[in-house]
Amino acid sequence: MAIEVRVPTILRSYTGGSKVVEGSGDTLSRLIDDLDAKHNGIKGRLITPDGGLHRFVNIYVNDEDVRFLGALDAQVSDGDSITILPAVAGGALGFAAAAALLGRPSAEGE
Amino acid sequence: MARYESLLDACGGTPLVGLPRLSPTVPEGAPPVRLWAKLEDRNPTGSIKDRAALFMVREAEESGRLRPGDTILEPTSGNTGISLAMVAKMRGYRLVCVMPENVSAERTQILRMYGAEIIFSPAAGGSNQAVAVAKQIASEHPDWVMLFQYGNTANARAHYETTGPELLHDLPTITHFVAGLGTTGTLMGTGRYLREKVDGIQIIAAEPRYGELVYGLRNIDEGYVPELYDATVLTRRFSVGTRDAVLRTRQLVEVEGIFAGFSSGAILHAALAVAHEAVKEGRQADVAFVVCDGGWKYLSTGAYGGTLSDAEDALEGQLWA
Repeated sequence: MAIEVRVPTILRSYTGGSKVVEGSGDTLSRLIDDLDAKHNGIKGRLITPDGGLHRFVNIYVNDEDVRFLGALDAQVSDGDSITILPAVAGGALGFAAAAALLGRPSAEGE
Repeated sequence: MARYESLLDACGGTPLVGLPRLSPTVPEGAPPVRLWAKLEDRNPTGSIKDRAALFMVREAEESGRLRPGDTILEPTSGNTGISLAMVAKMRGYRLVCVMPENVSAERTQILRMYGAEIIFSPAAGGSNQAVAVAKQIASEHPDWVMLFQYGNTANARAHYETTGPELLHDLPTITHFVAGLGTTGTLMGTGRYLREKVDGIQIIAAEPRYGELVYGLRNIDEGYVPELYDATVLTRRFSVGTRDAVLRTRQLVEVEGIFAGFSSGAILHAALAVAHEAVKEGRQADVAFVVCDGGWKYLSTGAYGGTLSDAEDALEGQLWA
């Protein structure tokens, strides 16, 4: 058995279009290394150059946010389900418009 | 608490009701594990957003940002727009809402009923077009006031000063507080208050995980975390998918008679997870969670009937919380 990883649309260019890929490792950090070995470049989209989890990426182990489970040191094991998602605030449309009005960076880009 | 000077004074003070049938069964002799629902649909316009809207308007009045007769601009079709429309009417402001033209007919009708004016952006243009329209309107009307709930500290303060104290008063044995994570105002305000008053309290966030269509176009480098968000207030954070949210929303009405919107189902899902953990560990737990609004505004989605898969399909691409 392996660890199942759900990949968001925006990162599927690294997985040959696959929505779900498999990986292995006993921590999230090792799992991401394993994924990067199979899908070159994906690590760079999840981890910042200084080694932290990207601010606008959320990763969940069995539906729980890894930032509250030790972040990259979070324990993972065979049979776990990992979900990667871009950070989006609820009612993001309202935010995008509000941010534009207030001159803040927009969730939608320009 | 039955007589009020005006509708605005009737904001908050919502009931906390037990869920005797949905609370997990504990083994004989084990400490009780109970679920409690804070019925925020009992606010003046039927959602928890009344608290934030009232506090944001009052704060803007006190700071002089909002003066009699001013116009408030709010780019949302959600509960905040409805709450602001009511508060604006009662306090004598004009409210202009900017929203895409494909929002549900109920939303438009409710907002107009409360006296809000609506400016539509073309549906085909999506969020980018809504942003462009909103920008144009703002440049034409620099005197209009934006309250910006994602970064407005009065949003979180509403919950620090009202929701938190109400919960502690009604449930002194509270061990967990579970709420939805959108602007993060409810969790930040209530969470901070309860952490100050209750040793070992767990503050749990339930975040909606939408269908793929919603995330499809999102670029990771352009993500967004609300200015109000402070992760140190939270103990744990769950992501709840559409299917689980619908399942729990249906259970809430079928088993306990509470007819709620889908965000409340997502919150109940996380509340049940921590309640079952407490049972396993043999610990006493009083888990309070938020019912954000009633189900009325979501009936037209069709997701209250049919199979779960049908409901999931019906909500695909929608921001259901």
